[in-house]
Amino acid sequence: MPPTDVLNPSYYHRVVDCQWACPAHTNVPEYIRLIAQGRYSDAYLLNRESNVFPGILGRTCDRPCEPACRRTRVDGKPVAICRLKRVAADLRDDIRPRLPRAPSQKNGRRIACVGCGPASLTVANDLLPLGYEVVIYEKLSQPGGLMRTNIPAFRLPVEVLDEEINYILDMGVDLRLGTPVESMKWLLQQGYDAIFVGSGAPKGKDLNLPGRYDSDKVYIGIEWLEAVHFGHVERIEERVLIIGVGNTAMDCCRTARRLGGRDVKVMARRTRPYFKASPWELEDAEEEGVQIVENHAPSRFVVEHGRLTGMEFEVLQWYEEGGRQKSRTVDKVIVPCDAVILAIGQDNAFPWIERDIGIQFNEWDMPIVDRQTMQCSLPGVFFGGDAAWGPENIIWAVAHGHQAAISIHNHCQGIPLTQRPPQRMTLTSTKMGFHEWSYSNAYSPAQRAKMIHVDLSERFQRLNIEVETGFTPEQTASEVERCLNCDVQTHFTAPLCIECDACIDICPVDCLTLTTDGPEEQLRLRLTVPARNLKQPLYVSSPLKQTGRVMVKDEDLCLHCGLCAERCPTAAWDMRKFNLLIPYAGHE
Amino acid sequence: MTYLPKPKVHHPDLPRNALGLTRRDYEGSLSTLCAGCGHDSVTAALILAFFELDIPPHRVAKLSGIGCSSKTPTYFLREAHGFNGVHGRMPALATGVSAARRDLWLVGISGDGDSLSIGLGQFCHAIRRRVRMVYILENNGVYGLTKGQFSASADIGSKSKKGEPNQQAPIDPVLLALSLGATFVARGFSGDKEQLVPILKAAFRHHGFAFVDVISPCVTFNDHEGSTKSYQYTRDHYKPVVHADFVPTHQEIVAHSEEGGVLDIRLHDGSVLRLRRTERDYDPTSRDAAYAYVRRHQDQGEVVTGILYIDSSPSEMHALSGTVETPLAQIPYEQLCPGGAALDQLMDSFR
Repeated sequence: MPPTDVLNPSYYHRVVDCQWACPAHTNVPEYIRLIAQGRYSDAYLLNRESNVFPGILGRTCDRPCEPACRRTRVDGKPVAICRLKRVAADLRDDIRPRLPRAPSQKNGRRIACVGCGPASLTVANDLLPLGYEVVIYEKLSQPGGLMRTNIPAFRLPVEVLDEEINYILDMGVDLRLGTPVESMKWLLQQGYDAIFVGSGAPKGKDLNLPGRYDSDKVYIGIEWLEAVHFGHVERIEERVLIIGVGNTAMDCCRTARRLGGRDVKVMARRTRPYFKASPWELEDAEEEGVQIVENHAPSRFVVEHGRLTGMEFEVLQWYEEGGRQKSRTVDKVIVPCDAVILAIGQDNAFPWIERDIGIQFNEWDMPIVDRQTMQCSLPGVFFGGDAAWGPENIIWAVAHGHQAAISIHNHCQGIPLTQRPPQRMTLTSTKMGFHEWSYSNAYSPAQRAKMIHVDLSERFQRLNIEVETGFTPEQTASEVERCLNCDVQTHFTAPLCIECDACIDICPVDCLTLTTDGPEEQLRLRLTVPARNLKQPLYVSSPLKQTGRVMVKDEDLCLHCGLCAERCPTAAWDMRKFNLLIPYAGHE
Repeated sequence: MTYLPKPKVHHPDLPRNALGLTRRDYEGSLSTLCAGCGHDSVTAALILAFFELDIPPHRVAKLSGIGCSSKTPTYFLREAHGFNGVHGRMPALATGVSAARRDLWLVGISGDGDSLSIGLGQFCHAIRRRVRMVYILENNGVYGLTKGQFSASADIGSKSKKGEPNQQAPIDPVLLALSLGATFVARGFSGDKEQLVPILKAAFRHHGFAFVDVISPCVTFNDHEGSTKSYQYTRDHYKPVVHADFVPTHQEIVAHSEEGGVLDIRLHDGSVLRLRRTERDYDPTSRDAAYAYVRRHQDQGEVVTGILYIDSSPSEMHALSGTVETPLAQIPYEQLCPGGAALDQLMDSFR
C-alpha cells in the first residue's frame, strides 16, 4: 500500500467518526472537552460555528454522529453527543457579545431567502457579517419553519427556539412574516443579487384509499401538528391511529396522547429494524403508552353512517427474495378508531415557480440542484434544506445553508462557484511532560448516561412541558469522560522508529502491527487482529529503516489512550490534536 | 513506563484458546521498565506462548532474582505463583519449587548480570542438576539498573554510552549452556516475536532444562551507535539458522523431514517440534556441531539465533533422583517425614 498521506486533512478527519458523519462537521470531541472543563459558553460557540443552532439541535438532532461514534464499536453504546450539546446550550452564559455582528457599512448586495427555516437562517447567519442585506420571506406569522410548527414544544421549548433564531434575526435580517412568495418570476424581478430557496418540503403525503374523503377525522400529520402549534386544534378523539413510522409519526402520536388520545397506535408496514424513526424516539413514544404495531399495511378507511369507525389493514409477512425484501398478505383485520393521522412522508411543492423561467425540473418535479454548489440551472438561484432534495433534517439544512452561502458569496464576487475555499487543518502535539497529555487520555469504563424524563402524569397535564430534563452535573461529568478524543491523533514519524514493538505490546485493542507491506486486502488479514471493518481506514507508514517493514494501524477501535506514545522510546508516536479548519463564506 | 493502567477493554475479535481465555487474560501488572525496553517485548512473547499453549495461568510458577529482567515476572500471568528472590539465586529457588511441585510449569527469568556475574555458579549448577524449567536470560550487555556499566556478556570493543570500549572477554551463555550439558539451548531476539514465540513454546514442551538466551536491548543505556547489543546492531548481524514450528499432539504431521531443510522432532508428550533450517548443513541435534557453529559465527561478528541444540529424550532432575510422580508438597507430612525411628533405621542400614 502507498504510505498514508496524513497531511491531507481528510485522513485524520475520517478518524474522527462523529465529525466525519456530521453533515456540518461539528468538532464534537473539542466541545466535549470544553464541557468537561466547565467552559460551556466556549463549547456553545464552537458548536454554533458549524451547526448554528446548538440548543435546538441538542434536543432534536437526528444525530448521525451517534451511530458513527467509535465508542459504539468499543462498548456498544455511543457517547451521548447530542445531549451533551444541550448541556453546553443550557449552561452557557449570555454569549450575545461574542456573536458575529453585521457591519454598519453594507457591501451593496441584496439576497432574498424564501422560507424562514434553518437553511435560510444559516445563509443569513453567514452572509450578514460580510455586509450583505438579507431579506427573508416567510408565509407564516412566525419564523423557524418546521422547527417551530412540526416539533412539539414538549421536545423543543419555544424559548430555546426564539433565542437562537433571534441571534440571527438581530444581526439585521429584513424579515417579512406572513408574506408568501407566490411567483418566482416576480421575485427575480425585484433586483436581488441572489435568491436562496429554503422553503422546505411543506406538503404532507396523502393516502388515497377507499373512504379517505368520507370522514373529516383523517388528518395529515404535519398539517395537524401545525394546527396544534397555532392552537387551532386542542383535542383529539380517544382512539387514534397514526399511519407511518417516521419521526413525524412519533411527534404525532405523542402529541395525540397529550390532546386526549387514550388508545394511540402507530401502524407500520414493516418490522422494527426498517423503521424510519430514530430508536430513541420509538422508546420515548412507547414510554408514553403508545402501541407500535408492525407489519400492517392500510387498505381502507371504515366509515359507517358518515362516522369513521376503524381502518382495515392487510397483515403482511416479509421474506427475502433475490436479496430484496418482499411481502405477502396473510390476513386482513379492522382496527377500530375514531381518528387517523397520516404521517407517511412529505413532498416538495413548487407551484410558485414558473416552469418557463430557466429553472429546470427533473422527472419527479424537483428542481435540478448541483450537489456541491447548491445552484439550480438558473444562475444566481440556490436551493437548500428540504427544498433541495426532499425531506432530510435540521443538521442537513444547516450544512446546505453554509455551502449555499459560500456559493452566493462567490457568485456576488464573480468567482466561479466550483472554486470553493479549501479545508485546512492544524496538528498540535498534546505532550505536556513524560506521561502527561493535554487531554484526558485515561479510558473511562462508565456506561452511557440515561436521560431523565419528567413523570408521565406531569407530562400529560400540560402540552408544553419539556419531557427531557437534561443531564445532571454528575451525569455530564461521567459522560464527557466516555468520549475517546478521536481527534487526538496517533501521529507516527517513521524515521524515528527503532521497531522495539513497545507500542504493539501495550495497545489495549491491538490496532498496531509491524509487517511487510502488501496490497490492502491482504494486509488487512495479516494484522495482529484482522481488520475486518472495511469502513475504517488503515494507516500505513513509509518503510522503516531497520527492517524495511511498515507500521500499520487499523483505525477501527483505537481508544486514543496514548499508551503507544507513552511507551515509545523515540517519540515516533505522538498524540497530536487535529483541528479541521472548515471554510465558511468569506474565508479565503 | 506508563502511568495509566492498560484499559480492560479488548478487541471483540481477539481469539480465545482452548480454555476460553484471550491473550489479555495472560497479562500482569503495568510495566515500570523504560519505554521501549526489550524486556517488555519478551514479556509479550511469553504471554503469547502461554496463551497459545493453553496453559492455565494458575498452574505456572514464575521465579526471578534481581535486576531489570527480574522485575518482568510481575508483568505477565497475574494469576500465577511467583517468587522474587535474592540476586543470582533464582536457580536455587527453581530447584526447590521443582522438587516440591513438579506438577507446575516453571519459568525463571534472569538477566546477564543475575546469571553471568553474581549468579554464574547458580546458573551452571541448575543446568547440571537438570531442573525441569524454562530458563530465560534477558541479555542486554549492561547493568541497566545501576546506570549502564558493562556486564559479563558485553563484547570486546562494544562501546558504553559515554564512548569507552569494553576490554574484558564476554561470557556467551549459549556456549556455556552447551558445554555444561543443557538439553535445550536457544537464542532469540526481543525484536523478533515471530521467531521468539515458537522458541518459547518449544522450550515449555521440553521435558528438561530449557535455556533461552534473548538479546533484549536496553534502550536507555545500550542502544547507541558502537554498542553490539542495540536494536540496529542485532538486526544488522542477525543470523537465524533454525526456525521452529510447534505441532500439537492432536495435529497430523504432513510434510516429511529432510525436505527443504525440515526436521521433525517428536517430544516427550507426543507433540512434534518441526524445525526449518535456513542453514542446510546445520544440525541442531549435535551438541558439538552446534558449539562449533556458534563459536565460528561469533568470531565473524554474527548473532546466531534459533533453536540451536535440542536433545529429544532428555533426562531431568526427578528422573535422576528417582522421586515419585506425586509432587512432594502433596504427600502427607507423616509419609514424607516418617519420624525419628525411621531415620534411625536408615542410619543403621549405612553402618
